Amino acid sequence: MDTIILAICVLGGAGLVLASVLYVVSRRFAVQEDPRLDTVNDLLPGANCGGCGFPGCSAMAAACVKAADKGSLEGLSCPVGGKAVMDQVAAALGLEAAAEDTTRIAVVRCNGSCENRPHVRIYDGAPTCRIAHATSMGATACAYGCLGCGDCVAKCQFGALTLNTETGLPEVDPGSCTACGACAKACPRNLIEIRSVTNELTGMVVKCRNKDKGILAKNECDVSCIGCRLCMKQCESNAITVEDNLAYIDAAACTLCGKCEQACPRKSIHKIGEWSTPQEAPVEENTTQETLTTKNNTQ
Amino acid sequence: MKTFKIGGVHPQENKLSASEPIRQAPLPQVAVFPLGQHIGAPAKPIVSKGDVVKVGQPIAEAGGYVSAPIHSSVSGTVLKIDTVIDASGYAKPAVFIQVEGDEWEESIDRSKQLVRLEEHPELTDKDIIAKIQNAGIVGLGGACFPTHVKLSPPPGNKIEWVIINAVECEPYLTADHRLMLEHTDEILVGTTLIMKAVGVTQGFIAIENNKPDAIRLMTEHARAYTGIEVVPLKVKYPQGGEKQLIDAVVGRQVPAPPALPASVGAIIQNVGTAYAVYQAVMKNKPLFERVVTVTGKSLAHPSNLMTRIGTPMNLLIDECGGLPEDTGKIIGGGPMMGKALVNTEVPVCKGSSGILIMTGTDAQRAKPGPCIRCGKCVTACPMGLEPYLLADGAAREMWDLLEHNDITSCIECGSCQFTCPAHRPLLDYVRIGKSTVTGIIKSRS
Repeated sequence: MDTIILAICVLGGAGLVLASVLYVVSRRFAVQEDPRLDTVNDLLPGANCGGCGFPGCSAMAAACVKAADKGSLEGLSCPVGGKAVMDQVAAALGLEAAAEDTTRIAVVRCNGSCENRPHVRIYDGAPTCRIAHATSMGATACAYGCLGCGDCVAKCQFGALTLNTETGLPEVDPGSCTACGACAKACPRNLIEIRSVTNELTGMVVKCRNKDKGILAKNECDVSCIGCRLCMKQCESNAITVEDNLAYIDAAACTLCGKCEQACPRKSIHKIGEWSTPQEAPVEENTTQETLTTKNNTQ
Repeated sequence: MKTFKIGGVHPQENKLSASEPIRQAPLPQVAVFPLGQHIGAPAKPIVSKGDVVKVGQPIAEAGGYVSAPIHSSVSGTVLKIDTVIDASGYAKPAVFIQVEGDEWEESIDRSKQLVRLEEHPELTDKDIIAKIQNAGIVGLGGACFPTHVKLSPPPGNKIEWVIINAVECEPYLTADHRLMLEHTDEILVGTTLIMKAVGVTQGFIAIENNKPDAIRLMTEHARAYTGIEVVPLKVKYPQGGEKQLIDAVVGRQVPAPPALPASVGAIIQNVGTAYAVYQAVMKNKPLFERVVTVTGKSLAHPSNLMTRIGTPMNLLIDECGGLPEDTGKIIGGGPMMGKALVNTEVPVCKGSSGILIMTGTDAQRAKPGPCIRCGKCVTACPMGLEPYLLADGAAREMWDLLEHNDITSCIECGSCQFTCPAHRPLLDYVRIGKSTVTGIIKSRS
């Protein structure tokens, strides 16, 4: 019996002493955490996609709080939550809404479907774009175009990308795309551009990245840009530049007049959204993600 | 019989062209010289459009210390400096020369007379290395590492041996084999020159025992040279890898990268390089031609062709009976480490050891199945790595895991993929992992 009492006394005593040490230490060395961090973190979508440029939502929250101390949220934006979330964050931090209402989505800049750009050889290596790009130029004659193995589709957390089996190209669902940029990073040929678009989620884009000289580019694909500069001459707002035999449309300057699209002899300029099949079915699904995407509200 | 200790596989040898004497390949109409034919900085062109050049005249200078000049292999006029589609299908800068006649630089000694090192006692090690550097010689085994850099190991390494790599462990290829039979003495003199350049007295010529005629001939001729020993080796792939060869011949293991073979006292040179060194030092002939094996089961006349650098590969294929109808894949190099060509107009480079034409059925890769962790790839890996783990890690982008499992030691020999019963594309993934991890390590410093 004595042993039991002794054990209880020793263990209980040790427990009491250690507990008081822990209590003192936790009081004495407590880290003061900004309560705003939790508030902002709760407002952010929690997707942890890294599209804002920070490792995750909590890092973004910390950056917001730090920026708020300096008085402005400029330069910080959450691609998933968009303006709505940034407005809430600004309000929570007692600031005026700073984020500009720029809607951006991922745009695949290649239109080399199986029909436009027939396969001239067989690629039977590992089915990922990274390897296909590193080991050879892929199955088609174009060394710049989409390899069609779907690395971008695999990287998309939001289900916004699908690989169209008919064309062999990835397609972006503008409604679900949050412009986090994961697909753009995954593409070894830098074919995906995170582009500013209008509220209607559209804009003009050159769907080609082929930098070969005209005649080569022409032979490689039916819809390749050959750098002929016809679009540049037609453009009234100086939105088009041609570099390395490739035209590029500056989204900020473009007025969507569509003259370049008509002028292009190669049919490589398109209005965003007009080359893919209309997305009707997924709209219902998207409404469940309302907290995530504010873009549906603008539609 | 000696061989390396860890791993290795034995693919079918298929040395179809082993009994074909080396023939001179036809001259092309336009020769194309890619500027990046070697490891290191690409060469810088020193000719411009319209210049008239002779055979052996430099057309591009080295772009740095780890680089090599390029010499014209033809005489004619420079057409343009433009891009050319290289073996992988991407455009790379190159010099195009329109061939007119075949006029050589006067300084090149074209006689067949053998010149031994003893006849030139005034040659110092520095002279030899300088001549090698100016002749644009790179490792002709396929890696194309500039030879003068390899012969100047970093200080602190004591070199004990020169090992001439005459293993030719790649199936199908016979270029080195034929070179040994037809230019035995030149190779031996080249070996003495390399030994003199690095200041050693012991040289080995390592030959796999599937070339008994070459072993016999080399051994007989080597008696006339002091310090050169012919070492027959058991046939096993990838014995031609530097680290494997050092293990097989002298039984030492090279530590993990960035350690060089020189750190264990050995310098390895390919047998083709030894021949080129002889030509450069004794005959003033820069590196502008090499032996290329053109082979394949369905090819009419598999051959070994002495080819000028810059000759388009389709010319060589035509010379050997033309492209067979059932061609499935054309590979630049051997079947284990070579790369599939995207077109046949790719020019022959300094590192092009062979052109292999595979039939449609041979070329097809089997459908990959799931990994059953059988461990065959681990047994086969000559570097003692775990390829299944590395491939899986690369697919999942777990770069830390790959670094801790020494992916940078991989020599990309493909033994793992060859042996995999599930036909998994292990090497494809490991290569991606290796290049990414190497990039990460470099970015730290």
